[in-house]
Amino acid sequence: MDLSFGPEYDAFRSDVVLFLENNADKAPKGSDLRGQTAKDWQKLLIENGYTCRTIPKEFGGYGAEPDIIKSRIIAEEFSNARVSPGLGGQGISMLVPTLLEMGTQEQKEQFIRPTIMGDMLWCQGYSEPGAGSDLAALSTAAVLDGDEWVINGQKIWTSTAHIADWIFCLVRSEPDAPKHKGISFLLFDMKTPGIEIRPLVDMTGQANFNETFFTDVRVPKHQIVGERGQGWQVANAILGHERETLAPANTAQTRVNALIELMKNETADGARLIDNPVYRDRLMKIQSKVMAMRFNELRVLSARLNPGQDPGLSRMITKLEGTELRHDLEGLAIDVMGEIGLAYEDNPYLRGSGSWQRDYMYFLGLIIGGGTSQIQKNIISERGLGMPREPKFEKAS
Amino acid sequence: MQFGLSEEQILLRDNVNRFLDDHASLDRVRQYADGGDDADIWAGLAELGVPALLVPEDQGGIGLSPLDAAIVAECLGSHIAPTPFLGTAVMAPTALVASGGNHDELLAEIAAGTHRIGIAFSEAIKRRNDARVEVRGERMFGKSLFAFDAEADSYLVADQNKHLYLIAANDPGLKRSHLTTVDKTRRTVELTYEDVAAKCISTDVAVFEATLDIGRIALAADTLGAAQNMLDQAVEYAKQREQFNRPIASFQAVKHMCAEMAAQLEPCRSMVWFAGHALAELPDEARVTACHTKAHLAEVAQFVAKTATEVHGGMGFTDLVGLHYWFKRCGANRQWLGAPEFVRQEAAVLQGLVTD
Repeated sequence: MDLSFGPEYDAFRSDVVLFLENNADKAPKGSDLRGQTAKDWQKLLIENGYTCRTIPKEFGGYGAEPDIIKSRIIAEEFSNARVSPGLGGQGISMLVPTLLEMGTQEQKEQFIRPTIMGDMLWCQGYSEPGAGSDLAALSTAAVLDGDEWVINGQKIWTSTAHIADWIFCLVRSEPDAPKHKGISFLLFDMKTPGIEIRPLVDMTGQANFNETFFTDVRVPKHQIVGERGQGWQVANAILGHERETLAPANTAQTRVNALIELMKNETADGARLIDNPVYRDRLMKIQSKVMAMRFNELRVLSARLNPGQDPGLSRMITKLEGTELRHDLEGLAIDVMGEIGLAYEDNPYLRGSGSWQRDYMYFLGLIIGGGTSQIQKNIISERGLGMPREPKFEKAS
Repeated sequence: MQFGLSEEQILLRDNVNRFLDDHASLDRVRQYADGGDDADIWAGLAELGVPALLVPEDQGGIGLSPLDAAIVAECLGSHIAPTPFLGTAVMAPTALVASGGNHDELLAEIAAGTHRIGIAFSEAIKRRNDARVEVRGERMFGKSLFAFDAEADSYLVADQNKHLYLIAANDPGLKRSHLTTVDKTRRTVELTYEDVAAKCISTDVAVFEATLDIGRIALAADTLGAAQNMLDQAVEYAKQREQFNRPIASFQAVKHMCAEMAAQLEPCRSMVWFAGHALAELPDEARVTACHTKAHLAEVAQFVAKTATEVHGGMGFTDLVGLHYWFKRCGANRQWLGAPEFVRQEAAVLQGLVTD
């Protein structure tokens, strides 16, 4: 058992802290994906190696060797300082790693630099009305006509589709192949004729998602990542990684700290809610769970750094436990506030800019998105505990 | 950075588990539950050095860490083994060493496995049934409830002031009577003191707290082992048991019960490791982590014990499978050394959220 990262990393952490002290005022506020401030900040972070660290220099990245500890230190310090860690979005978090793994040299040169610089915004076309948990059942059709794919069908949950420049999209290109082997991974411009976007308002009251319709959308044949029919492997090259990072325990601890402050300040009949033993016990139960998840993440990290170490099920359970925990945590804050916890939008009694209600709902969304809790339980029981799969029903023909 | 067990710790775990596989089977535990003793199990563990774990090397022990004690406790919980480990090998040596007094002779006997020390702390944690311990001069009066290890040679007793005393089990003023509980894998007693010679070990509350903290972590580790074993049994049973022409492990209703158990239990393992490590290396976090670990393991184990029994269907309710021994061990660990609600309250005080 050794929890220190060593002097090299202590020095690295000091550098990050110093950088933040000197530059935090240049960071954008909020999660603007397109503004000039956000782009300038992104450029500064890349130059210093605080984002896009391992993306090769020739494609506009910082070009460092992968170092899990440094990445973690950067994430921790930016989170502690509550400073934007640079541009996010599915182009940077999902497409760029996919291209680095499976893309051609031309694709890497064409797409990576503008994507990480914030000049090319992407949306992800995976889920469909008939292909949610069973994503490989997707049916959006791509038919080759000369040098072009002709695409017809519908995607759903396409966040940022209304502002995106391009889409990376899973389509069924080989209708006669088995379902996992008939999918291709295409890239195309969202200004292509035949694309219609309808915003999908969710329970938070915002349109975080869209429905996206394709009618005879024509895409050049070469805009495919991997081979025809390989799209499932291309998409899965990085999917597992996304699940682990949806609800990190350090952020949960930050929220517990905010909840403690809230309970010290809020009163009922003039008495502070932190002094109410019932609410306090609920708080401490959540604190216990957050602690356990923090230590679980240490084990995940350690197993990455020490390849011989058995991670057990520590990785497999983080999406399920992390998202459920955040939902419970935010819900407790609402309970603590009572009627004030219902305040929303322009209500003058709003606490924390409405973040408690927003995150309470947002994390219910994450419990469902990125592989539902029920799908996670299938994965844990089948791959983790070795229990057999449910027998499959074949379609009656 | 390495968060996990060292090669030596894995070896320790495997050695203890191998011994317990052979010498603390469910049949052997049933013998104890029916009135037998645990002498041969403890003697065998003594040969492996288990009672000497926390005794410093210059006092005849091995001088290992609280994390090593937690590793052994997990093995014992997994096997629901009847032993005096918690009192004799974990809490008593911690108190004796922390007290700063000269207890070389006693520590050497503990290390050799020839002297068992029981623990009577309930009256210093949360008094029930109005029991209390009074010490006047060097004489002890009153009573302690649910002291553990019925066969101890002496007892470490805490009074309401959290002062620690050592008393001999054969003191003529001591009455020791067995208190039957649901957990038949360990025995608890009522100690009645009618003018008993009490040797003061420490009046420093920090010594009591250090003893309590490590006891709680060892109990949490015991719970981890017991709950993990119940989950393993449930998964194995579900794979064997067939209904509707298929193993019940292929039904999502059953799989999801098992996945929920695994998902809640897996972080507990890291928590117990961290808590054990913190006790030796991270003094600022040690106490609060010990409280959360004790309370959290109690909650998760309650869920696992119920759910694993349900996966077994009617068989889980019978004595034939014996699952109830693990169920009751988890239940006892939950109440021993502080019930979760009270322990969380202690954590809240330690975190500075309230004053008492």
